[in-house]
Amino acid sequence: MKSKNNNPKKNAVAVSGGQGLWKRVYRARQLYLLLALPLIYLIIFKYVPMLGLQIAFKDYTFKGGIWGSEWVGLKHFKKFFSDTNFKRILVNTLRVSIYHLVVNFFIPITLALCLNCLRNQKLKKAVQTITYVPHFISVVVLIGMMNQMLNPIIGIYGTISQTITGSRPMDLFGIPVAFVHLYVWSGVWQNAGFSSIVYIAALSASDQDLHEAAQIDGATRLQRVRYVDIPTILPTAIIMLILNAGKVMTVGFEKVFLLQNNLNLSYSEVISTYVYKKAFGTGSNFSYSTAIDMFNSIINLILICSVNQISKKVSDSSLW
Amino acid sequence: MAAKNKKVKHSGADQRLEISLTIAMVIVGVIILYPLIIVLSTSFSSPNAVMSGKVWLYPVDLSLEGYKAVFRTNDVLIGYRNSLFYMVAGTIVNLVMTMLAAYPLSRSDMPGQGPIMMIFTFTMIFSGGMIPGYLLIKDLKMLNTVWCMLIPGAISIHNMIIARTFIKSNIPKEMLEASQIDGCSDIQYFLKMVLPLSGAVIAVITLYYAIAHWNAYFNAFMYLSDKELYPLQIFLKNILVSNQVETEMLVEDSQVTAQQGISELLKYSLIVVAVIPVMIIYPFVQKHFVKGVMIGAVKG
Repeated sequence: MKSKNNNPKKNAVAVSGGQGLWKRVYRARQLYLLLALPLIYLIIFKYVPMLGLQIAFKDYTFKGGIWGSEWVGLKHFKKFFSDTNFKRILVNTLRVSIYHLVVNFFIPITLALCLNCLRNQKLKKAVQTITYVPHFISVVVLIGMMNQMLNPIIGIYGTISQTITGSRPMDLFGIPVAFVHLYVWSGVWQNAGFSSIVYIAALSASDQDLHEAAQIDGATRLQRVRYVDIPTILPTAIIMLILNAGKVMTVGFEKVFLLQNNLNLSYSEVISTYVYKKAFGTGSNFSYSTAIDMFNSIINLILICSVNQISKKVSDSSLW
Repeated sequence: MAAKNKKVKHSGADQRLEISLTIAMVIVGVIILYPLIIVLSTSFSSPNAVMSGKVWLYPVDLSLEGYKAVFRTNDVLIGYRNSLFYMVAGTIVNLVMTMLAAYPLSRSDMPGQGPIMMIFTFTMIFSGGMIPGYLLIKDLKMLNTVWCMLIPGAISIHNMIIARTFIKSNIPKEMLEASQIDGCSDIQYFLKMVLPLSGAVIAVITLYYAIAHWNAYFNAFMYLSDKELYPLQIFLKNILVSNQVETEMLVEDSQVTAQQGISELLKYSLIVVAVIPVMIIYPFVQKHFVKGVMIGAVKG
């Protein structure tokens, strides 16, 4: 170890001084060695599937595989745009995701502002601890809990509804439009607390002098929320909103799929579940379903890139 | 607190705000907590109490029937064993891969650091999607093996960025320069300095990964068809969502209503059993999770 380093002075200079690219690459060779395994992983498991996207332009057969199947151009995309379900699943996807985006933007902020206002620190701590808990429950368990509790006969929903109205309620899982609300509000229950962390942190790092000055000027707490707290978290809020807006077309497959049943299909069929069904359901067609998925990914990519540009302009903060 | 020290008097409006906020926050806490309490209480009730919807807060007719039914079946035990294995083995793979990537990418003096980082982050915003991913696993002959549960998600780019940001901002550059003067190679520096000094962030991402593995459902759903390899979440889905309660779980009771009661009760018990590992560690790790969110929020 020491023998290698016969000229420490030169080394020290080299670290800070500029030199040829190859020399710097050579110097960093061990760093590349460390990176090798992650890069190989990334290429195989992330970039090779991107090459697999070519089957969206082919007629995939198991015999031909990805590379040997026949090119058919934009056939599958055209088929999707003229699919009778096209409009419906697009509207469903946008409805559920925009609703989710809006609700899950305002509620964590409101929660953070309320918690920050609270003078009772013990209660604040307790509410924080409690509201983070559901975040760690799996989607399957969440849907399972909803199934049990919202059961119109044996669930707590049925019991409460019967004591109030005197009759058994409708099964919420059988009402198509209820799917959207179930999806969004279970998301609020699960993630509102956790999403509020960012805002609570921004608020606690805010300038206390402003609060004191406002207090001396006789501002009430509510006025200080309006004129001190809200401006404090505004930059964070804008970034969160923009970043989430980039995900508008991505509605997670798992949760929708688990909430879905034959009765609520008219509202719950979104792009990702449709892709799955076209690939693994009856009349399996890998190429067609890849084309749908790819259409979705590309719109997403465009959305993210554009919101990133906007975010760069508006807030000097961006993903890249 | 500051207000109290300065002896600023709270106005009537502030007083009223505090009261209404207290009420609102208590309600929020109750709304979040109530479903959890209901599940817990129901799981300790009797099948009859469950079927007649008597449980609304505390266990009615205290019984362990539900838990007995849960542990009577092999499926849950198989799932538990597999999930524990996937969680431990998968997290180890994740940690090795994540730290291997995070350290070099934190070195801005490495030529090509920017473009390589782009190669990583691009996978966050674009992917081959469901079918090419499935075909890849199939071509690699990983379908129906434990590998498809451990390898495809080996790095979460988000966690890698958290680790990278931490290394960048918490390990002083002077340390690297001093070590280089002492003739320390990059790999030595990584193993002897970076890793020991990254304990806090390793704890954070370990927890993220471990919980993600415990809760993971998608990969198993897509790639596994052998029951012996199923993680707990798949069995949970079959029982809780698809309502496939196997008869072996039920007592050999000829009465249909009694069977139905137990099959409903066992779902509650099953939820408790499935959530327990996460809930046990939750109080200890809560701070770390919050820390992770904060490091992740500051983009490096």
